[in-house]
Amino acid sequence: MASGSQLEAIKGAKVLMVGAGGIGCELLKTLALSGFQDIHIIDMDTIEVSNLNRQFLFRQCHVGQSKAKVARDAVLKFRPHINITPYHANVKDPEFNVEFFKQFNVVLNGLDNLDARRHVNRLCLAAEVPLVESGTTGFLGQVTVHVKGKTECYECQPKPTPKTYPVCTITSTPSKFVHCIVWAKDLLFAKLFGDKNQENDLNVRSNDGTNLTAPTEDVFERRTDEDPEQYARKIYDHVFGYNIEIALANEETWKNRNKPRPLYVRDVLPDNLIQQNGSLENCVTEESVVSSMLSLGLKNPQDIWSLSENSRIFLEALRLFIEKRQKDVGNLTFDKDDQLAVEFVTAAANIRASSFGISLHSLFEAKGIAGNIVHAVATTNAIIAGLIVIEAIKILQGDFENCRMTYCLEHPSRKMLLMPVQPFEANKSCYVCSETPLILEINTRTSKLRDFVEKIAKNKLGMNSPMIMHGSTLIFEAGDDLEEDVAANYALNIDKALAELPAPVTSGTVLTVEDLRQELSCNINIKHREEFDEEKEPDGLVLVGWIAPTQKDTRLVSNGESTSTAHPAVTEMVENSDEVGIAPAKPGTKRKLSEMSEITDNVHDITPRSSRDVNDQVNPQEVEDDNDDVDDDIVILDENPETRKKKRLQ
Amino acid sequence: MDGEELTEEETALYDRQIRVWGVDAQKRLSKAHILVSGLNGTAVEFCKNMVLAGVGNLTLMDDRPVTEDVLQSNFLIPPDEAYYSGRSLDELCCESLKDFNPMVRVSIEKGDLSQFDGEFFDKFDAVVVSCCSLKIKKAINEKCRRRPRRVALYAIECRGSCGEIFIDLQNYTYIQKKSDGTAECQLKYPSLEEAISIPWRDLPRKVSKVYFAMRVIERFELSEGRKPGETSISDLPLILRLRKELCDAQSLSESHVPVSLLERMLAAGGKEHPPVCATLGGVLGQEVIKAISGKGDPLKNFFFFDTADGKGIIEDISNSSTS
Ligand SMILES: [Zn+2]
Repeated sequence: MASGSQLEAIKGAKVLMVGAGGIGCELLKTLALSGFQDIHIIDMDTIEVSNLNRQFLFRQCHVGQSKAKVARDAVLKFRPHINITPYHANVKDPEFNVEFFKQFNVVLNGLDNLDARRHVNRLCLAAEVPLVESGTTGFLGQVTVHVKGKTECYECQPKPTPKTYPVCTITSTPSKFVHCIVWAKDLLFAKLFGDKNQENDLNVRSNDGTNLTAPTEDVFERRTDEDPEQYARKIYDHVFGYNIEIALANEETWKNRNKPRPLYVRDVLPDNLIQQNGSLENCVTEESVVSSMLSLGLKNPQDIWSLSENSRIFLEALRLFIEKRQKDVGNLTFDKDDQLAVEFVTAAANIRASSFGISLHSLFEAKGIAGNIVHAVATTNAIIAGLIVIEAIKILQGDFENCRMTYCLEHPSRKMLLMPVQPFEANKSCYVCSETPLILEINTRTSKLRDFVEKIAKNKLGMNSPMIMHGSTLIFEAGDDLEEDVAANYALNIDKALAELPAPVTSGTVLTVEDLRQELSCNINIKHREEFDEEKEPDGLVLVGWIAPTQKDTRLVSNGESTSTAHPAVTEMVENSDEVGIAPAKPGTKRKLSEMSEITDNVHDITPRSSRDVNDQVNPQEVEDDNDDVDDDIVILDENPETRKKKRLQ
Repeated sequence: MDGEELTEEETALYDRQIRVWGVDAQKRLSKAHILVSGLNGTAVEFCKNMVLAGVGNLTLMDDRPVTEDVLQSNFLIPPDEAYYSGRSLDELCCESLKDFNPMVRVSIEKGDLSQFDGEFFDKFDAVVVSCCSLKIKKAINEKCRRRPRRVALYAIECRGSCGEIFIDLQNYTYIQKKSDGTAECQLKYPSLEEAISIPWRDLPRKVSKVYFAMRVIERFELSEGRKPGETSISDLPLILRLRKELCDAQSLSESHVPVSLLERMLAAGGKEHPPVCATLGGVLGQEVIKAISGKGDPLKNFFFFDTADGKGIIEDISNSSTS
């Protein structure tokens, strides 16, 4: 039980919890047991089956209902007399403004994405409310404390950005399974089942970007009278056979690479096997999930299918989409919960992997990669929730001196499984909690205002409704409630190059980007640059001025129910990890920006694939060890005064 | 691993954790049987974690009635007298836990565990004990150790802002994953009796002070014939006298068992601090899952958590570790 002074602070406190997921359920329970009386909780999500293994306030019968509301009801059963106010809403909604945040003594985050975390950080800074931030991935977790004027803010350390791959790696020279997944999901799946008007790099390109295949008729277009099976085989032969042959013709590409093997249905599947595909009509009833695995009798998602099994799944899934899901075709985007889509993407990625000599993966693994699925267990969430409450109590008592960031490790570091670290000071060059201007290197002649709004203001700076000013001229503002003529004016300029705007943006221009809801404003010095390295700077722009502090950061990266604070070593690891996304071929590419931002949205959740690596790289500099006070933890059993001297670790 | 495949239902429910520990570990978990004797807040947290993880069988033992102290760290029982009066803690917890995951069999067992025949323990893979005296913990530990098949023992204690987990996996062999491949790793655990009998002077340097403080209070309770939680701050003078005796006998300076630490551990009496329960119950859950699945490096053999410094420390207190 909490001590007397703690109880007093707890009872009088009004706390805001953001997120009622894995950490949120544990946190709400521990807060209620600890004596908190007034808890507000925001979560926009509804309950899913895969939540039930850890989000223990929810049951099967709650699937589809609001997490915030069900969590409240569950906790009231054992603590009926406390106040829990649920909001089934997005924390980014305008109702949760600075005034709203000001009513709380502390904000506790149990979020699953970077975007919302950044937003809450800004509101906490503006409202001057302390924030306890948290995250877990598998057995790893962390709790950090952010108090304006006392510690760094959540964004003082640059966050690892999602990995994007150059288009040519995806379209022509995959070397890892993840490249095949990206190809299958973002190119092939999108081409066959998505919006036909989207730009798509599926066809092989030569180095100068011209479309080599340039078919006179679009092979992907199915004639209305075309037999679905014939069509499926035609697609197979085109993407795994013909396109590979075309790519092979470009000998320069294969000088230092292993050549891929073109695959055709006739080689992979003997005739009798192809025949089997047609005979399964009766397996698919109206009620059941449409599944090619089901109709082919492949049951175990953990199995790695052979090339011929993958080929059969590919053909069958494509046929099922046409015959059973006709109404979806043309407006599908990949969804990890769409069984048939996962089957199709797994098979397509595996066939491509086979062609390129890359090892094949099970549907279970492929689904994890394609869907950026969080690795999550109840135990870590419970531990992290306990640690959040301990920090929250210290904050409520005004005991900021003793606040700690704590890491939950998988492998102990200096005997510690739970490792407290003194919070860092604010980064003086942080654009969020200080007023440091940023420098943007960009090609002002080819980059459009839209690029600036989407890639810089929204993506990099994390603003929701940015307003962009050139001196005193307002050149853009986001929002649905704009005057018609104003909106028309913005629409007129949005696709103009920066240098061609009525108030031209060129080298030396200073733009002010502001989000009124987040009470955040920053100045950006524009620097024109002609060329960008496609491999190293796939975005075609470089934002600098936001320098990581010199102190060595010890933070782990985690995701999902999770955070994305950066540890230099970990950042690097994450960048090498198998995240999904495609970068445009070059700044001038015609890829639609909306599509780009969608791709990056999917990958905010960054999972270190090997947690052991993370731990091994943790080399904390400021781990609290020997304190100077008498009542420290260090027991020296030897009475010899020389050995009695405290040993400083590092 | 051989044996049946997981069902579609299991695969869907456990998807996120299978991504952490793999299908084989999940299958082993679903075949495991765990006994929890003594349902304090930490044990309840642990039970929740195991039921969510999908352990096969969970047996509960605690026939105490519901008290205010029990309720304040228990999220399984509604504080409604009409509901709980006349029923034992294990019945009430069992009823609530069953609801968490229909795939786990949760049951209760009546009687005095320390009096049960050794054979009783054969069906369990792990036994978790709390809310009992050191004497009973030792007796149960010895019974577990004499079984032909390993029955792991975990003893938990949560006192105020501090907590302790003791682990006995007897002889435990597992495959350790290393950056450059794998290696077979053998660990030899001492019994609780053996571990706490190691002279304090022989312990590794810098052993957590929580260890000594726990031993002093434990000895006090043993001499008074009390259960954990029945000691409070009013007992401090007597406990300090015992501290002096023990420290003198062990030639350890009394400063290694600070008064402030003892005070913090005694202040709440029988009431547990819920964040400590959550943290300890989480670490314990992780350890039991590791031992059952054979995946990951198990902790040897004490874990201490203290909210005052926020550290969660592993100490190896065994003869093999002394230098
Ligand atoms: Zn900052």
